[in-house]
Amino acid sequence: MTEAEILSRPVATKTDQAVVSCHDVRKTYAMGEQSLEVLKGVSFDIWPGEFVAIMGPSGSGKSTLLNLIGALDGPTSGALQIDGTDISNLESDALAHLRNRVIGFVFQQFNLLRRTSALENVKLPLLYTTHHPRHPDEMAEQRLNEVGLGDRLDHTPSQLSGGQQQRVAIARALVNNPRLILADEPTGALDTKTSNDIMELFTKLHAQGMTIIMVTHEPDIAEYASRLLRFRDGLLVEDIEQQPRKIAP
Amino acid sequence: MNMAVYLSSALAAIRLNAMRSMLTALGVIIGVASVIVMSAIGSGARQEVEKSISRLGTNMLTVSPGSRRSGGAQGGAGTASPLSQEDMDALWQRVPSVTAITANLSANATLVYGNQNWATSVTGTNESFPVVRDWNVAQGRYFDAAEVARGAKIAVVGSTVARQLFGGGSVVGERVRIGGAPFEIIGVMETRGQAGGFRDQDDVVMIPISTARARFAGQDVSVPNQVGSILVKIDNGEDLALAQDEIANVLRHRRRIRPGAQDDFRIRNVAEIVQARTAAQRTLTWLLAATAAVSLIVGGIGIMNIMLVSVTERTREIGLRMAVGARRRDILAQFLTESIVLCIAGGIIGLGLGVAATYGISKLAGWPVLIDTTIILIGIGASALVGMVFGYIPARQAALLNPIDALRFE
Repeated sequence: MTEAEILSRPVATKTDQAVVSCHDVRKTYAMGEQSLEVLKGVSFDIWPGEFVAIMGPSGSGKSTLLNLIGALDGPTSGALQIDGTDISNLESDALAHLRNRVIGFVFQQFNLLRRTSALENVKLPLLYTTHHPRHPDEMAEQRLNEVGLGDRLDHTPSQLSGGQQQRVAIARALVNNPRLILADEPTGALDTKTSNDIMELFTKLHAQGMTIIMVTHEPDIAEYASRLLRFRDGLLVEDIEQQPRKIAP
Repeated sequence: MNMAVYLSSALAAIRLNAMRSMLTALGVIIGVASVIVMSAIGSGARQEVEKSISRLGTNMLTVSPGSRRSGGAQGGAGTASPLSQEDMDALWQRVPSVTAITANLSANATLVYGNQNWATSVTGTNESFPVVRDWNVAQGRYFDAAEVARGAKIAVVGSTVARQLFGGGSVVGERVRIGGAPFEIIGVMETRGQAGGFRDQDDVVMIPISTARARFAGQDVSVPNQVGSILVKIDNGEDLALAQDEIANVLRHRRRIRPGAQDDFRIRNVAEIVQARTAAQRTLTWLLAATAAVSLIVGGIGIMNIMLVSVTERTREIGLRMAVGARRRDILAQFLTESIVLCIAGGIIGLGLGVAATYGISKLAGWPVLIDTTIILIGIGASALVGMVFGYIPARQAALLNPIDALRFE
């Protein structure tokens, strides 16, 4: 699929199409002579509006899966569709375009640009959109308002608390109207109180219809999700729908 | 991502490490500054040479003794028998395009006036010298044909000699001793200035050639009325090459050179004389240009080094940019822009330093300098090129990072 075709694809949600569709996805890493199969045939679909928690011990393949869903890497075999696009054979430019328009990343270590204001950090993905937005400042400011940092636009990461930094990162993930938020241990570097605040923000986004996929190893954080995928040894071992944890009043 | 964004991001990155950026750009700064200084000195000297060519006039020829061949051995320049007064008379009579002719016979001597003395070059000439050299008397007068014929002890001095020996006082009519003999100064020449930037043309004394021959030059018994060289002025509009051939024919006949044998004298025009003098200068200019090029290359290696450090330091940032949608070419362009901006900034600083140093040198050393606008463009262009060439490898390394590894980089 060319970049032009991706661009011409309608952005509006099609409820009959899975946001992520894995079919017998395998990933093998060559380690010198030996090869290591990290994902051994994984199949599942994630539908629009789902809040999915991915759990599993280290080495279970959940990070590798997250890289694949994040279009940072392609599968060794199997079919992997992100928002209807098969990423198996995409060029690196087309993958970059997908990451820019379809996916919003949230990282454990926030990954904000140091000595750069919150507003500039949120605007970062807009720099790489192929059609230049007309009002990038307004878009970024609106997102920062949504995460409750409307009064911190000029603050640099070092002037913000960990929770505030993660909110800036979430605003950055949202700025390009993605189809999917991909969060890699988003509360891993935060204390319990702040973690719950961040999860409340995710719950709010979920209530607005955003699809969220979150890797975590903390069971009480996973409770906020509407669906739980559990991995072990490169295989999906559990896939359950659950009642998301209610936000404390 | 457009150019304005690359630029602002490059400037921000350079500002973040202002001190380091400054030190990194030092090589380029010095390189560009030396390019500016070298070329300013070079073109200043060239301009001076061109001025002296136009002062001498392009229609002047110099005839001097060449080398003598005895047996199989070729002597050096000036080893052939000297030219004589009679050679000069023959040229005057038989070459129609000659409008004025004079001879030179030079020696070094010391002038003494009261308790002042000044060592300089004493040149014996005839009354036509001011016409041939296009060089007029500023005060007093030049000597005439009768004075030359009788070997009068009179002298005309250059402005440097006048200043050194008499300070600001009156010169014409004063009596000086030249090489021990009393002379009366009858005139002062106009100021000519430096020739080619190094030799002072005004540090000279002219006396009648007959006087010079009698007092200063060692007599060659075989040539009684010898002269050092003959200066010939050719009529404007006459063919210089043709005149040169006619002069050669007259001299070959007089000096009994067989057909096919080589001339034992040299005829040079002003352009040739100046060319010989500028050849050495040109070599110097090239040498300095090479030095400047080397410092630019060394500066470029410094830029490459620091950009590689920067790429390593900012691996996570690169990973993040890739995760939010930067393509490889975006990352390449970002780092390339950064190194080009850094180099151009260095180039501009170097330019400022170079211009300042140029004026400093011209004030202190008194050398003529000339800053050409093209060399300013070359300086800036060269620094941009250095940024592009030496920034490419680090930028490419950044662009080829694997986003997953880059994001996890500690």
